[in-house]
Amino acid sequence: MEILLLIFLPLASALIVSLFGKHQQAKTAAFIFSLLSLGLTAYLYTMFNPDAGTQFTVDYPWLSTLGVRFNAGIDGISMLLVMLTNGLVPLIILSTFNHNYKNPGAFYGLVLFMQSGLLVVFTALDAFLFYVGWEAALIPIYFICAIWGGENRIKVNLKFFIYTIAGSLVMLIGIIYMAQQTPDKSFDLQGFYQLSLDAATQRWVFAAFFIAFAIKMPIFPFHTWQPDTYTEAPMAGTMLLSGIMLKMGIYGVIRWLIPVAPLGFAGHKTLIIVLSIIGVVYASLIAFTQKDIKRLVAYSSIGHVGLIAAGIFAWNVHGLQGAMIQMINHGINVFGLFFILDIIIRRLNTRDADRMGGIAKAAPLFAITFLIIVLGTVALPLTNGFIGEFLLLLGIYNYSIWAAVVAGLTIIFGAVYMLRAYQRLMLGSTNEETLVFADIAGTEKAVLFIVCALIIFIGVYPKPLLAISETSTKALFELVQSKISAANVTY
Amino acid sequence: MSALIIISLLAILVLYLGVFKLKNTLLPVSLLGLVAALVFAAYEWRTGPIPIYNGMMLFDDYAIAFSCITIFSTILIFLLSKDYFERISENVAEYYAVILFSLAGIVVMVSFHNLTMLFVGIEIMSVSLYILAGIKKKDFASNEAALKYFLMGAFSTGFLLFGIALLYGATGSFDLSSIRTYVVSAPLEVSPLLYAGVLLMIIGLCFKVGAAPFHFWAPDVYEGSPALITAYMSTVVKTAGFAAFLRLFMYCFAPLQDFWVPVLVTLASISLLIGNVTAVYQQHFKRMLAYSSISHVGYMLFAIIALGGGSPNSVFVYAAAYSVASIIAFAALIVLQRQVGNDSFDSLNGIAKKNPFLAFTVTVAMLSLAGIPLTAGFIGKFMMFKRALGSYHTYLVIFAVANAIIGIYYYFRPIIAMYFKEVDRNELAVSPYFKFVLGFSAVATLVLGMYPELIASLI
Repeated sequence: MEILLLIFLPLASALIVSLFGKHQQAKTAAFIFSLLSLGLTAYLYTMFNPDAGTQFTVDYPWLSTLGVRFNAGIDGISMLLVMLTNGLVPLIILSTFNHNYKNPGAFYGLVLFMQSGLLVVFTALDAFLFYVGWEAALIPIYFICAIWGGENRIKVNLKFFIYTIAGSLVMLIGIIYMAQQTPDKSFDLQGFYQLSLDAATQRWVFAAFFIAFAIKMPIFPFHTWQPDTYTEAPMAGTMLLSGIMLKMGIYGVIRWLIPVAPLGFAGHKTLIIVLSIIGVVYASLIAFTQKDIKRLVAYSSIGHVGLIAAGIFAWNVHGLQGAMIQMINHGINVFGLFFILDIIIRRLNTRDADRMGGIAKAAPLFAITFLIIVLGTVALPLTNGFIGEFLLLLGIYNYSIWAAVVAGLTIIFGAVYMLRAYQRLMLGSTNEETLVFADIAGTEKAVLFIVCALIIFIGVYPKPLLAISETSTKALFELVQSKISAANVTY
Repeated sequence: MSALIIISLLAILVLYLGVFKLKNTLLPVSLLGLVAALVFAAYEWRTGPIPIYNGMMLFDDYAIAFSCITIFSTILIFLLSKDYFERISENVAEYYAVILFSLAGIVVMVSFHNLTMLFVGIEIMSVSLYILAGIKKKDFASNEAALKYFLMGAFSTGFLLFGIALLYGATGSFDLSSIRTYVVSAPLEVSPLLYAGVLLMIIGLCFKVGAAPFHFWAPDVYEGSPALITAYMSTVVKTAGFAAFLRLFMYCFAPLQDFWVPVLVTLASISLLIGNVTAVYQQHFKRMLAYSSISHVGYMLFAIIALGGGSPNSVFVYAAAYSVASIIAFAALIVLQRQVGNDSFDSLNGIAKKNPFLAFTVTVAMLSLAGIPLTAGFIGKFMMFKRALGSYHTYLVIFAVANAIIGIYYYFRPIIAMYFKEVDRNELAVSPYFKFVLGFSAVATLVLGMYPELIASLI
């Protein structure tokens, strides 16, 4: 029952908030509703038993003639992502308090609608439901980015939409195909897990699902929509895209790709790890040269996601656990970074790094919070990024030492371009615009303090988060290993 | 059965109302009559009927379901016709009467149990449509549409008749049961005449539903006819055509699948490709809808290609979803043509600001036509893809998916124009009737998208 509330509360809130129309109170209402969801998540967290597998399950007949059920539940992997979603959405809404978007009712309604779709994706145990959530999250973000975005928003977002929906339609073929193979023609996840198709078929199924997830994350070379879309989107849209939405792709790989087509995975493993690592290096190199600070963070995001993908595809418990916690960390850090950029861009009216400098002198508090977020992003020990990247690299190392070396290099790259950007923006000589840079206040302070507190807390004491998903990732890992060894195919 | 009688009598009654110049009663009487027909049709549901009139017709659940959906779409279209026909013609009663006559033909088409009735039904429908297409007597495009439609329609009827004659030659009967018995008894040794007959039937029926490469009449006819008639042709008529097509093939020719499935796979692929690719290049809303309707024919053919017990339901859901979404689109088109004077995509620019309701309903319609989840159109496509994959037409589905992606591009153009291109413009007046139809259809699209079980297992 709790899950129904979890999924439909944001949806109902979206409808109510959209009634506010042109009144700016919509954002307060949206914030309150998102806090309700957060409270519900906190309640679920206290009730949650990490060792008990899937919990809070609901299972109703939905489209019986098609073999579709409304089947959702939460295990450790889902729990973390539900927490991320419902934790970030209130922060994202709070971070927009200084913006006066036109038509706020529609804007915040779409944000909450998207939240609902995301929660469906992270809890669905039925492939059809998963697909519906997958698209239900896409439609609102398309409208958010295309209505409230920058100058090139129409073209860029059409590309984004067609790109992602092309991926999902291919996945739909995979889903229907899998359902046809199950004995009872159902879309149940467990039914998919229990199938043992031959390796050649699994390779095709794997490819069909992989394309959808690879576009969403994005993995090199499916990333070409990402920098433009991130740059043109309104800041809240960028935060939703990078903070939560790309985790749909990663989650999909963990839950719907590798266990559904383990032999296909084993066959394509090397190729994908290589692609992921190419993506890491490539994105870092491009991030070096960016003058547009929003683009810089967009590329850095491709790099971080590439590392997470490599950690997952290395397929061991360390890599998986690293990916889980790094999804949370990346969500927090990238949200923090984009909010920092939002503050700078709003005050200076430019995204050009050349026209910034010396902000630290004018705004010391701002400079400190920015620094903490940057350190979290470059994975300094005792910040949240460290534990995630450490586990990921450990996972990749267990797969191949050379892959780990190349991927590890990028941590250095990352540190270089992030710190260089920090230096260009915050240190150095001031100009007349940065001289009068107002320090953070009000909701800005609240948001940044929360972000910094989370970065340091997770960095010092990541155990509670790791404990949530540990049993689930282990179980999933063993499931896949047993299926691969049962098939008795050597790669 | 009673539905057919009611509709036929209603048409005559409406003609008499016209004779006595009772213009204001036309719409209410037609609507009431159609509702009565709907109720009486539904009343016969699940009665386990037997063929009537010496085996000419059979009002089984299949026939009732498709009668109901076509009558229902006609009601929606009639609601849009308030004040519409008065503007383009003086003889309003004929309009209602001719549409009702064609609807009577459609009820015959979906309930035939004898090839002569199939022919008679198609002809009653088509002759009415020739008149409707040309009803703007002084309009050049409308005349052209009528002539083109008539010539092409007569041509395709020729194929149909040849086909029926050859089937008769092979089986010695027009009766579906006899044909079925003949085919089932020895599917491997049927007369070559039958194969030729089946092919000619496919050609004739594909003409009627507008499948490529027999689609050449469709865009011009759709564009030239008055918008409401186009709406009628592309929703009700298409649904009926498919219902007849599927009824014939499912009942009689299922054992010969190896012969005709490759033909239909080819036709479906060509329809998808031509419909989608040409729709991309259209600058006008109406023409885009016309070309995209060809691509929808391609998707609907999947149900016949992957013939099985679920085929009628798939066609039913797809046709229902497609009809309500198209009716929204055509309602918006009529509003545009009336108040802006043209229907290019640019004339939609910035509508969302002053007409949020209209923009929202059109968005729902476009998402549904594009097949985005949570709308009825997605469920329709999903059922089609599922059917086709279930019978291992994997390549066809992959091809269809590629086309669905193209479809998104042009279905999003109205959405982009309405929401993202800001232009100062006046509010468009939308009459209460239109508001009702728009709102109802949008709600129906969303409800069917979220809970298709309401209609997905009817037949």
